[in-house]
Amino acid sequence: MTTSTLPGTDDRLRHYGDGMSSGRRTLGKLVIAAGTLLFAAVLLFQILFATGTIESGFSTWRPVFYAYFLWAAAVIYGQILVRGERGQRAAFVLPAVFFTVALVIFPTVFGLYIALTDWNLSSSTGRQFNGVDNIVSLWNDPFYWNALRNMVYYVIAVFFEYAIAFGLALLLNAEIRARRFFRVVFLLPFMLSPVAVSWMIGKSIMENRFGPVARLARFLGWENPAFFSDPWIARLSIEFMDAWVFIPLMMILLLAGLQALPREILEAAKVDGASSWQTFWRIVFPLMLPASVTAILIRIIFKLKLADIVINVTSGGPGGATDTVSSFIYREYRDRSNVGYGTALAEFYLIMIIIFITLALLFTTRWVRRYSAARAAPSA
Amino acid sequence: MATYASAAPAAPVREYVGESRGRHIATRFVIYGILILWAFICLFPIYWTLTTSFKSAPDVMQGHIVPFVDFTPDWKGWRSLGLSPDTIFETSTVRAEFMKRIANSLIASLGGSLLAVALGSLAGYGLARFPYRFGPLRNNDIGFFFISQLILPPVVLAMPFLVLYKELAFLDSLPGLILVYTLMVLPIVIWVMRDQFMSIPVELEEAALVDGLSIWGSFIRIVLPLALPGMVAGLILALVLSWNEYFFAALLTGASAKTLPVMVASQTGSQGISWWSMAALSTAAILPLMIVGVLLERYIIKGLTSGAVK
Repeated sequence: MTTSTLPGTDDRLRHYGDGMSSGRRTLGKLVIAAGTLLFAAVLLFQILFATGTIESGFSTWRPVFYAYFLWAAAVIYGQILVRGERGQRAAFVLPAVFFTVALVIFPTVFGLYIALTDWNLSSSTGRQFNGVDNIVSLWNDPFYWNALRNMVYYVIAVFFEYAIAFGLALLLNAEIRARRFFRVVFLLPFMLSPVAVSWMIGKSIMENRFGPVARLARFLGWENPAFFSDPWIARLSIEFMDAWVFIPLMMILLLAGLQALPREILEAAKVDGASSWQTFWRIVFPLMLPASVTAILIRIIFKLKLADIVINVTSGGPGGATDTVSSFIYREYRDRSNVGYGTALAEFYLIMIIIFITLALLFTTRWVRRYSAARAAPSA
Repeated sequence: MATYASAAPAAPVREYVGESRGRHIATRFVIYGILILWAFICLFPIYWTLTTSFKSAPDVMQGHIVPFVDFTPDWKGWRSLGLSPDTIFETSTVRAEFMKRIANSLIASLGGSLLAVALGSLAGYGLARFPYRFGPLRNNDIGFFFISQLILPPVVLAMPFLVLYKELAFLDSLPGLILVYTLMVLPIVIWVMRDQFMSIPVELEEAALVDGLSIWGSFIRIVLPLALPGMVAGLILALVLSWNEYFFAALLTGASAKTLPVMVASQTGSQGISWWSMAALSTAAILPLMIVGVLLERYIIKGLTSGAVK
């Protein structure tokens, strides 16, 4: 999430004077050319076969996949030969680039195309281009907007999770006994599979008849406890489960930030006789803002993907009250095989997320800078 | 970046000057109260699941909680999985199925995580050390490109991947799942690794280069060993996310490559499933990562300390 300048990249690791022979350079160019030629040939061959122009070909596109990675390897090796040390440096980042481009760019572009088609796997007509029809029906789909509104509620809940996570991180950073024990225990929920948690908590502990929480609720005077029938209670129950799994992640990020705080400033505050309340609001909190922003943003990103628990506990019910965009689209795929429309919903959601995260990044970077300048500067 | 000093824990916020002893004790009381309460919240569901796998139907319905006091533990749940002492040596189709799913989960999550750590360490090191220029793109842009993949929700990639994998004959296969998981966790690994490498002083590599090591030589022999905490932290995060992954596994796998979360979910869906066997299944699904978490927990904080302050 960082956009700061990188301290290590001032090019201090230059290796001077490794002689580059022109023979190596030619060999490198040959390797790249051969790899490119092979990949292009395999691709063309398969396209011709798939479109029916030629008779024989591979039964699947797997060879094209292999040829792509062979081509990537040839490019990386060849540019080391051609560009010498600069090539060796590029070789660090190129494998990840080739990998990501192959597996993200193609699906995203292809997804944009699917989003503009009428494609239901269970219908016999197959895939048909229908322009912006999906967008129009999306616009008039109350269930989709309902799911989007739920996402707003879920995202707002992140700030409560943040407050709890910050409190826990402060406690773990304080002078306590059995620190390691508490740290391990507090981290454990993050290790658990949301699907297992769906059963453990959603279907067992919060079960209306035999679950311990229902028993407790009855003991406290709630006649017929039901955690997934009333819209708001259901939403809260889902939110509690998701928070239970993911608060540890925020807590760890914040704890790591707390441990990296400059010790001298806190010592100085103590010497000056600041109360712990003052120390927190005047020093710790402003200094922790960057770490807090990172933790909240990461958490929001994970929150926007929330699906497993909803799918397995409520399937979006009651009446769509707990539905998330992901679980809604999942049902669109799974139950109605409506691929084209589902993909259109997903792409629209992605665009909303990108706009939201970009705005959030812009806003918070500016705000953090101003806030920490105004508050931390006098005390530092 | 400040290194994490476990010998002298940082606790400067506490310990006040001139505070009454009574208030001090009260504060301690509140702090430990909260700590124990939250520990209970974290542990109770796990405890509940573990004990329920040893309960029989009346114990579940009467809400018995403490084994040996409330109820007599029984291997019931584990017997239904074929994992109790008396059934472990007999043939059991449920156990065979369960072992297959757990093997699939292991291969897919370990494969994806290791591949992501390998690719991510290389890219993280490159981005932390060398000034790149790919056309108009500089290091920050490339780094942002990788990390921004994190916001891609699985639903966006699901359908295109389904179509792509069908063409590539990767549907319902472990290599296909490994590729998806690598893609899914790579942004986090790159993020952790880049910050980890930035916290290592560049002078070490300068010295290594002067001594005649190549760039790759100094990376492998000098830098990588120092970056081990970050690599372990990245590996654990990747393992947690891919072992527990449900969405892609549910859509892209079928009979042969199905993973453990999908098996657990399919059992949850069916009505009237017995609590004890569900509890045993859930316990078995969460146990491996709980062990990993308990053993390697300190590395997570160590590896993230350099990253989170950014």
